[in-house]
Amino acid sequence: MDSKLFPEGVQRCSFGKFMLWTGFILAFFLWGLYAAVLVLYNGIGTTGLDNYFGFGLWITFDLAVIALGAGAFFTGFLKYILKIKQLEKIINLTVIVGFICYSGAMLVLTLDIGQPGRAWFGYWHPNVHSMLTEVIFCITCYCTVLIIEYVPLILEQKQLNKVPFIHALAHNMHVNMALFAGLGTFLSTFHQGSLGGMYGVLIGRPYAFREGFFIWPWTFFLFVLSAVGSGPIFTVLVCTFMEKLTGKKLVEYKVKALMGKIAGTMLTVYIFLKILDTWAWATGYLPSVGLTFDDMFYGVAYGKWMMFTEIVLCGVLPAIMLITPSIRNKPALLYTAGLLDCVGITINRYVFTVQTIAFPAMPFDKWFVYYPNWVEWASSIMIVAYGFLVLSLSYRYLPVFPQERGLNYK
Amino acid sequence: MHMKEFKIKWGMVIDIDKCTGCGACMVGCQVENNIAPMTKKDPYNYVQALTSERDDADNKLRTLTWMNVYEMSNGKSFPEHEVAYLPRPCMQCGNPACVPVCPVVATDKNEEGGIVSQIYPRCIGCRYCMAACPYHARYFNWWDPLWPEGMDKQLSPAVSPRPRGVVEKCNFCHTRYAKAKDQARENGEDPMNLPEGAYVPACAEICPTGAITFGDLNNPEHKVHQLAKSPHAFRLLEKLGLDPQVYYMSKREWVRKQGDNYNAGDKH
Ligand code: SF4
Ligand code: SF4
Repeated sequence: MDSKLFPEGVQRCSFGKFMLWTGFILAFFLWGLYAAVLVLYNGIGTTGLDNYFGFGLWITFDLAVIALGAGAFFTGFLKYILKIKQLEKIINLTVIVGFICYSGAMLVLTLDIGQPGRAWFGYWHPNVHSMLTEVIFCITCYCTVLIIEYVPLILEQKQLNKVPFIHALAHNMHVNMALFAGLGTFLSTFHQGSLGGMYGVLIGRPYAFREGFFIWPWTFFLFVLSAVGSGPIFTVLVCTFMEKLTGKKLVEYKVKALMGKIAGTMLTVYIFLKILDTWAWATGYLPSVGLTFDDMFYGVAYGKWMMFTEIVLCGVLPAIMLITPSIRNKPALLYTAGLLDCVGITINRYVFTVQTIAFPAMPFDKWFVYYPNWVEWASSIMIVAYGFLVLSLSYRYLPVFPQERGLNYK
Repeated sequence: MHMKEFKIKWGMVIDIDKCTGCGACMVGCQVENNIAPMTKKDPYNYVQALTSERDDADNKLRTLTWMNVYEMSNGKSFPEHEVAYLPRPCMQCGNPACVPVCPVVATDKNEEGGIVSQIYPRCIGCRYCMAACPYHARYFNWWDPLWPEGMDKQLSPAVSPRPRGVVEKCNFCHTRYAKAKDQARENGEDPMNLPEGAYVPACAEICPTGAITFGDLNNPEHKVHQLAKSPHAFRLLEKLGLDPQVYYMSKREWVRKQGDNYNAGDKH
């Protein structure tokens, strides 16, 4: 029915089947939308947050998707600036994933701040000392860059592209893409860093506070590295998931392994520094404020097991797996390593957000355990559903995978 | 660390041995600063009925209590068991954790007197400052404020009520400071040199045991100046380096130890 809209020379499932799938995703989306409307109408009193946990699931979710969306800027950097040719086979997907992650994160932030109508104050009354100001600046600018990178792909839609003007426009945008890739790299590196810096500067929170390097605490660099160490492999996982779902080969394995190698190298550097950082924190900073390493952990929710899972099981292990060619070249092992990597980064963002503020800084305080309520879950799931929708539509109608034809129909 | 210095430095010295934990300071603060009581039902909100109710005061993690009284214990069992009460306003830190993090300069420490201000119409409600403050001195407005009928007549005219979605906190009853300065100008006195007692926050005024002393820490004529130097004085979490302008004092060693971070007595 809509086959005229498909990209050149590929097959797609029937329209009915597609509608069924879309309906299924829409159900989740609408559930989340209901929650979001309640939040905007009633205020964030409707969530599970409280005065102890001002940051919770939303911020964790945001930080995690932004880290995982890092595939876009880093792959763009490698492809356009360092000119690694092979990556053009997956670059479109990284842009779409990045766009989804960033625009999704911004939607959640709109719900998260108590006064959404004042979101622009970050530009109007900026506090140059605040890491969050930097985040607000870079994240909005970078989201715009991602839109600019996404638009030419839409313009290449088969029917649209027949219009001469659009054809020329798409071409011109493509020619200038290196510029935007460069801009994106700059913006994204900075705000990935400031997201880390946000926690590192919390002088009153010994779990997160870190010593500085120039004006930045260590966490600034750790967040950048962990993002580029997981973003590329996340794109690979998304791609593989799409292949399983559609039953088609979309990107040749060589490219995936290359992305794995890139992520693995960055992850190795990251995890090495992360271990050093943890060591310095436990043996240097903590004793200096009268605390011990053991003071920092509590129960199951904030246990040491989490730290070891993050650093060893989901850090050192996938790093080794990804940099070892014989392991990386086996699909099942590459995907396992990729999953572990992404889980590890998510745990990292969780502990920095929740464990940091759960720690009873005042001696007569006690640990609290935070549970997000359904409103927070539903609105986060809404973003995931939104991602699925954008991805499904893009895959069906836009020429995302240059290799699809060659790999499937000889 | 670069710190702004002020000629006047308003501060409190709270004598824990005098505090009985009666909570009068908390009540005085609520009334003075138009802190809305927590009400479950909101008659003006029709969609509310579809979701959860608002919190009432039994959810201590959602209440607004600029002044909060904490209970401390020496951890021993019965005959040796002792408790102490620690009232906690905003510490008006000299090196505040909350100020540098705010993305929109909604909170700042720039006025003579060293009080950390909070500008409600500018706050975007990101709650970064709450994550930064280890004293839990900052409170978020989870719900729109609502005064039961009749009670709205008792609002204090000097203090603006806050809408939902912004962060608020103790400001040493700043409006009283403004009033005291005006009064001094009217009387032809120097508003920058207020005598002891011309400016006192509501909590200090109402405290029945006189546990809270308020004044200019820099002014030798004010009682707090001496008290803060007492060998029994300490500050909360000294080691983190936030440099609070609120001091506590107690003759009991276990109290001092607990207040001044965890391993007090270590030399660093
Ligand atoms: S006690 Fe908290 S809110 Fe008050 S100045 Fe210090 S850091 Fe800021
Ligand atoms: S909640 Fe308000 S005062 Fe606090 S950091 Fe955010 S904008 Fe600033």
